Parts: sequence; structure tokens; C-alpha cells
Amino acid sequence: MLEIEGLSRQFNRRSVLRDVSLRLQAGEYVAIVGESGVGKSTLLNLIAGLDRPDCGRLALDGVAYAQLDEDALTRLRRDKLGFVFQAFHVLPHLTVRQNVALPLWLQGLHGAAADRPAQQLLEAVGLGERAASWPRELSGGEMQRVAIARALVHQPSLVLADEPTGNLDPANGAKVLALLAERVRQVGAIGILVTHSPAAAATADRVLHLTSSGLQA
Amino acid sequence: MAVQAVHEAALREFERGLRTMAGAADLQVVGPRGGFDENIYAQLAGRPEVAEASPVLELQVKWAGSESEETLQVLGIDIFALARVTPVLLPKPASTADRLASLAEDNVFLSRAAQTALGRQPGDEIELQAGTQRRRFRIAGDIPGAADNRRLAVMDIAAAQAHFGKLGRLSRIDLKLADDVAPAAARPALQAMLPAGVLIEVPEASAEQAGNLSRAYRVNLTLLAAIALLTGGFLVFSAQALSVVRRRTEFAFLRALGLARRTLFTWLLAEGAIVGLAGGIVGVILGQALAWGALTMLGGDLGAGYFSGLQPTLQFQPLASAVYVALGLLAGVAGAWLPAREAATVSPAQALKAGGETTLLGGRGHPMLGLGLLAASLAACAIPPIDGLPLGGYLAVACLLAGSVLLLPLVAAGIARLLPERGPVPARLAAARLVAAPGHAVVAAAGVLTSVALAAAMAIMVASFRDSVDQWLHQLLPADIYLRAGQTQSSAYLDEALQVQISTVNGVDRSNFTRHANLRLAAGKAPVALIARTILADGSNLPLVGPVRLGEQPAIWISEAMLDLYGWRVGQTVALPLAGQLVELHVAGIWRDYARQTGAIMIDLADYRRLTGDRLANDAGIYLAADANTEQVAAALTAMAGPGVLEISRPGEIRALTLKIFDRTFAVTYLLEAVAIAIGLAGVAASFAALAAARRREFGMLRHLGLSRRQIGWMLAQEGALAAGVGVATGLLAGGAIGLVLIEVVNRQSFHWSMDLHVPWASLALFALGLVALAALAAVLAGRQAMRQDAVLAVREDW
Repeated sequence: MLEIEGLSRQFNRRSVLRDVSLRLQAGEYVAIVGESGVGKSTLLNLIAGLDRPDCGRLALDGVAYAQLDEDALTRLRRDKLGFVFQAFHVLPHLTVRQNVALPLWLQGLHGAAADRPAQQLLEAVGLGERAASWPRELSGGEMQRVAIARALVHQPSLVLADEPTGNLDPANGAKVLALLAERVRQVGAIGILVTHSPAAAATADRVLHLTSSGLQA
Repeated sequence: MAVQAVHEAALREFERGLRTMAGAADLQVVGPRGGFDENIYAQLAGRPEVAEASPVLELQVKWAGSESEETLQVLGIDIFALARVTPVLLPKPASTADRLASLAEDNVFLSRAAQTALGRQPGDEIELQAGTQRRRFRIAGDIPGAADNRRLAVMDIAAAQAHFGKLGRLSRIDLKLADDVAPAAARPALQAMLPAGVLIEVPEASAEQAGNLSRAYRVNLTLLAAIALLTGGFLVFSAQALSVVRRRTEFAFLRALGLARRTLFTWLLAEGAIVGLAGGIVGVILGQALAWGALTMLGGDLGAGYFSGLQPTLQFQPLASAVYVALGLLAGVAGAWLPAREAATVSPAQALKAGGETTLLGGRGHPMLGLGLLAASLAACAIPPIDGLPLGGYLAVACLLAGSVLLLPLVAAGIARLLPERGPVPARLAAARLVAAPGHAVVAAAGVLTSVALAAAMAIMVASFRDSVDQWLHQLLPADIYLRAGQTQSSAYLDEALQVQISTVNGVDRSNFTRHANLRLAAGKAPVALIARTILADGSNLPLVGPVRLGEQPAIWISEAMLDLYGWRVGQTVALPLAGQLVELHVAGIWRDYARQTGAIMIDLADYRRLTGDRLANDAGIYLAADANTEQVAAALTAMAGPGVLEISRPGEIRALTLKIFDRTFAVTYLLEAVAIAIGLAGVAASFAALAAARRREFGMLRHLGLSRRQIGWMLAQEGALAAGVGVATGLLAGGAIGLVLIEVVNRQSFHWSMDLHVPWASLALFALGLVALAALAAVLAGRQAMRQDAVLAVREDW
């Protein structure tokens, strides 16, 4: 379960997030929409443990972020979080399968123990035959599917997707969004999709609007 | 630039001194160090081709209170002849001296530099050493025309002959030819009048021979500096290549907007040119400063001992400076060429695609061309010296370096395949990067390869040389004590009576005397050393290389330089000019000589004395009786000729002094190696800084996935270590091969001596590990900026 209570963050005395509260159960998939600069990425950074709030509380599966130092937050991201980025951020010098297996490597799994789940997820996202390919040989949609597989391969509690279709054409974007929603639900993770697009937001179970005064349904 | 400036200054000073000495002479008659019969002077002076002849007796003389290596050049001159041929050397009596002071037999005239060095002035007295005797002279004036830094003394020639045991002997005759006689026309007729071993030379020959003597050393040093420059070229290349990678999206947009390929190519080439130009200008300024420092600290020969006693002054050379600035410009353009071409050729669509930078730098090089160059290096080694320079050796070095660089991607890929697929994630990521994009590592490794190859080659060559010199000294210095009256070429010697006295000193078991002379074997070539000493019949007390073949004539043993310079072979009979006569002698074997580049001949002392009648000696090796006390014997020997006359040394002291001089000679090469390595490391740092900046988003993503900052630091360190490791491994192999070329080709053809291979394994291993560690550190430091927290946020597009 993800618990957010009264979260606030300022930059240069400018309030970016104010009093944001949210509670999400495992298996819930929500979309957060809002205008540029309203603090969507700031919220994601705080949820990812990459930034600290000025006030408020954050906890994942009962573990409060405030109690964790930087190393522990890194471990938290490694074990419980999955990320899908707008620009894919697939490592060009790893093969498709190695890219997907990377979170498992970080958990100390190697060889078949990492390759098998990675291959299964690649099959699930329709890229089983491209496992040995290099990212430069893939299209944008294929790269984003690799990124989705990478975000889910270690069965995280929480998947954060930041404009995952921003660099894709509408047709590919729709396919990727459907795939993301399907896979997040299938692994029983909490899914948070940050987007500008109402169409993308519509693929989530519910849509939350982030404004200068907080999160609203 | 610094190396060039220092050598120019030294040679200029040296040639200026020689020009002064030759004056208006058209030709010079020269003979062996022992001199030649003065009757030749009268015969030549009477020839119609000769307008004026000036006889000279030239001596290197020790003075009371001088250090063992210090000598004063004394010219015995005929003042009337001198006035007509070399007036610039005319002595000027002091105001207090007699008008005919220059003819007085106890008077000597000192140049300003000599007065300063000896701490004397006109009116004072000095003591000069002849044999083992001290002679007292009065300083009667100076030599106003002598070069500023030249330590020179002149005195009447008859007095010099009498004082220094050279009655009836001359060292040189300066000839001024009649107006209508060309030197080339007069030379054969005059040469025909001369006895064996006395030659006619043009005055420039001495300068040329002195220049040739140091030329190989100077060219080798310049080559080393050129390799450092080449490493700088790789630095420009890596900086430029990675700057292109970093800006590839920018270029792709500009190309998409209509920027022509050619314009982009020219733009990037111009960037490289500006970097090279700036580097060239800064380099010339730094070079002048370094040259000034080197001249002050190491002297005009940078410590090698070729121009001892000279005090050259540095002059700004506009042309040379312009050439070096142009070289910097060229290095900049050459370094930018490949990246510019790649940036201009890659399609904008490909460049805009994530991961495309791997394609840009991921080539497999040109292995076939690389292998071809390695094969060509073997062929280049077989090229004989051209004009005395090992140009084939240099070509082989260039082929080896270029071939190794071209094979680098292949080596990188090979090393990457050897890396384990398990292990910590940072190591796996670093290895995966090397497998997928060896080009990145190659860019960083190219500079490392060049500098490591240079350092390893020099280390192997210097270690082999030093080890061989040490062994050579052990073989040549078997006695317990060594004694000499002065430097080999000085006027000091041990006469027969003193030799007998030395042999009968209490505690001396036996003594071996050595006589050092020299021979003029061919016009235009430097004199060849003739060393007469006790030699066993089979030559086993010499550092021989190759077989021994004894003959019927008396044996001589030639140094390797005689083989190279005169083409003499073992078993051959040759004619040597001894005491004015040509004497047939048998070449019995070849010995290794690290003391003389221009050739040396050894002959048994008994044969020498029988053939020349010269019974003097220059030094002696003393073997002590079993119960003798070294200190007591040394004290007894010193006491024989008075304090400060005889120099006594133990073999250990001579070895230590020789190796100290050896180390000083190579000090500047260590400096150049250090410069090359610093440039190579700077290349690693520059390439990783540029790459790290381009990889901020990658690092940010890895932080999101759960890699700690420390782990990313480790990953960078391992990438740096791998890149440097590839460069170091290839560089060591290339360095080993270049070291062999230096030993077998460059040294042999430059200095005419061989050496045994000695690889300093431990030092090389330590050096390689140290360099890899430094490269890892450089990579981490270079990437530090990109690992900061804000880099984590770089993955977000709408921040």
C-alpha cells in the first residue's frame, strides 16, 4: 500500500506541491494529470524517494520514507519500484534481454535466474524474438515495451510511469498504454501514470487532477 | 620545442667556437692526438698552393686545483703565422706586460672565460700539468677575440712543445691557400705529401663531426618528443570525437534544418584547428620556458655530455616556433578529421535515435591494415642507416604505433569477450559497454596506448642498456685500483720511470698500463680511438661479441662501430697508420664499446710499443697482493707524484660514476615519458568527462533502477580501468616490440653498439597497474559532475 499524507515541497521559496494526500492499494492503477509545472514530476520524485518533502509523510508497504537514509531508499527503489520513462532510457550497450534483466541483476540474480523471467516478460510484451537485439535496432514503440518489461520484471509493489507515450505516435501510444495497464494489473502492483493526455489517463482505473491546491479526484 | 631549442642553442655555440678557432683557414692538416712531425709544416709552407700556414699544438691541460674532469684548452701558436691566418685568436698583452710577452716561454694568455673559471687575472701565475709534472706560468694577458664562453689559453708554440713533452710535434696546421687556388683542387696534391694518418680536412669538418656525434642522440630525443606530440594528437582526437558524440543531436537537428554535410565537416575541422593552434601557441611559450630551465639545469646536451664546458644561450627562433605552432595546428586538424567525417556522414535520422552513439564509435577498426603495418615494421627494420640516421628504425616505430592503434578495437573486443558475465552489476555494465561499444574505450585508450608504448619501449631499452653497461664495466674493470694522470685526451701521462715506480710499490702484485691514442683513418670521419693495453691471446679479458679468429699478424680487436662505420670484419687484415707508417694488422675479434660512438681499436700494449716506440701510458689497473691494504697502497701511489697529480679510483667508484652519468643522460627521456603519460591520462579524463556529460540521463535512469551513486562511481572506475587496460595491454605489447627496434635497429645504427635484452618486468607491471588505477580515478573524477543528484532528474523530460 502507498500512503501519502500532507506532502509539500518548495523550490526557491516557490511552492510546487502543497498538501498532497493519497492512499493506493495493491492492484490499483491511477492516472495523475495536470498542467506543466504543477508538480507532477516533483510528486513522482518524492514517491520514488529521489527527493525529500519539506513536510508530510510517505510510506510504501508500511515503510515510512522518513526513516530511510539514501542507501535504504536506493534499496527500496531497487526492490519495490519500477519506472517507465517518456524517453525509454534503454541502455544502448545492453541487449534487449539484458536491459530487461537489469533490475534482477541488481537483486543479485544472474544467468538463467535472471534471463528466464526477463525472457518471459519479453514474450508477454511481444518481443520474445527480439531478446538478443540491440536497442538501436528497435522502433520507439518496441523500446517502450522493453522499458515496461524492465519495470515489471522484478515484480515491484509500485510502478511509476512518466508520460510513457510522449515520444510515440497515437497508435503505438495506445498499444503501450494498454499493455502497461494490463501488465501492472497482472502483477498486482500499484500503478501511477503521469500524463497530460486525457486519452492516456482514461486507460487508468481512476484519474486524479494535480493542481496548485493538491490532488483532486 | 624545448628539445629543439636547447639543441639549436648548443650547436650554435659549438659551431661559433669552432669558427673562431679556424679563422680564415681554407684547409687544415690534422693528425692523431699524439701529433705529427713538425717538418710537414715547412714542406707545406713552401708549396705554391699555400699562401700562409699556421702551425698549432693543441692540448687539453689540467691545472692545479682543477676537478678531475676539468681541462683547459691550450693552443701553442706561432704568433706571426697566427696573425695572418687566425688573427681573431691573437693574444693581447696586459698593460703591465712586456711588448714581446707572447714569445716568452713561461707566459700564457687566457680568454676571459678561462680567467673566470680559474679565478685568475693577468699578472697572476698558474700551474699547468705536463705528464705528472706541474709547470708554472705567468698570465700575460687575454685573448680578446675568443668566443665569450670559450675556456682557452694560447702560448708560444715552441714553449708549449718544450713544456708539454711535444718537441717536434704539431696537432694541426691551418692553411690559407693562394688566391687563385680552390681548396678542392689543392687538396689531393697536398694530401699526397703527408704521411699515413695525417689528413687534409676542411675547417667545417670538425663542426660536422661534432654535430654528427650528437646528432643521433638529438634526433632520438626529438623523436621521443614527437611521440609525445602524437599522444597530444590523440588527446585532440578523443576530445573532438567525444564532443561530436555529445552534440550529435544538435548536429542532427542542424542537418535536418538544412546544414550541408560539407559545412558541418569544415566547421568541426575548424574547431580542431583552433584547438590545435591555441595548443601550439601555448606549447611554444611553454617550450621556451622549459628550454630555459633545461639549459640551466642540464646543459646544452640535456645531460648527455656531448657539449661539456659550453654555456649556450637561448635565442628565440621565429621559424622553428612557427613550425611548431603549425605542427600543433596539424595535430588539431588531424585529430578532428575522423570525428568530423563521421559526424558529417551519419544520417540525421540515425543520429537522432537513442543509442546511435554506439554506432558512431562502435567500429571494429581496420585490423587488416593494422596487421599490414605490423608486417611493414619488420621490413622497415632491415633498411640500413641513411646518412647515419636509423630512418628505417623510426619508420618501424611509426608502423608499430599506427598498426597497434588500428588493431585496438579488435583487442578491446577480444578483451571484452574474456570478461566474466557474472559478478557485481557495475562490473557487468562496464564490461557490457566495452563489448557493445569498444569504440568508446578505443578513443580513450589510443592516447594511453601511445604513451604506454613509448614508456615501455624506453624502459626496456634503458634497462637493457644500463644492465649491459654495468656488465661491461665489470668486465673492463677487473683490477683492485685504477690510477691515471688525467683525462684520456689531456696532456697528462705516466712516463716509463713512473710506471716502474708504480709496479714496485709495496702491496702491488701487478699493474696493467693502458695507452690512449687516436688515429685518423679517413677524411671527413671522426678520429678512431686506439687503446693499447694488456690483452690475453684469445681476447678473453675483453667484452667480446661474436667469434675470435687469430692470424699471423699482430692482433687488433675492433669495436662494433668499426664494423658499422668502416665495414671491417673479423679475420680481415687492415693497415693502420702507426707512427707515420702503415702497419698491417689482423682483426681478431669484435668487442662491445659503450664509451665511443666513432670507433675504437684495441691492441696489446706490447705490440703497440714495439710498433710505435711510444712507451708512455695514460692509466693503470693495479692488482693488489693478497695481504695488501687498499688504502695504504692508494696513499703510497698518490704520494709518488705529489698531491692532486694522480687520480686514484676503485672500480666501484668508477662504475657508480659511470652509471650516474648514464642516468643523467636519460633523465630528459624520463621527463618526456612522464609528459606523454600525463597527456595520455589527460586523454582518459577528457574522454570520460565528455562521455559522462553525454550519459547523465543513463546515470539518472540507473539511479532510478536502484544503483547507488557509489555503484555508478564503481562502474565508471571499471570502465576507465577497462579502457586504460586495453590501452595499457596493447601499449605494453607495442612497447615491447618498439623496445626491440630501439635496441636492435635504432641504437645499433645510431650509436653502433649492441646490448643484451633486459625486460624490467616488475617495474613494467607496477607501472601498468598504477596507470590503470590512475585512469580509473580519472574516469571517476571526470564523471563526478554527471553523478550528482540533479543528474538523476535528467531522465525527466518536463522538469
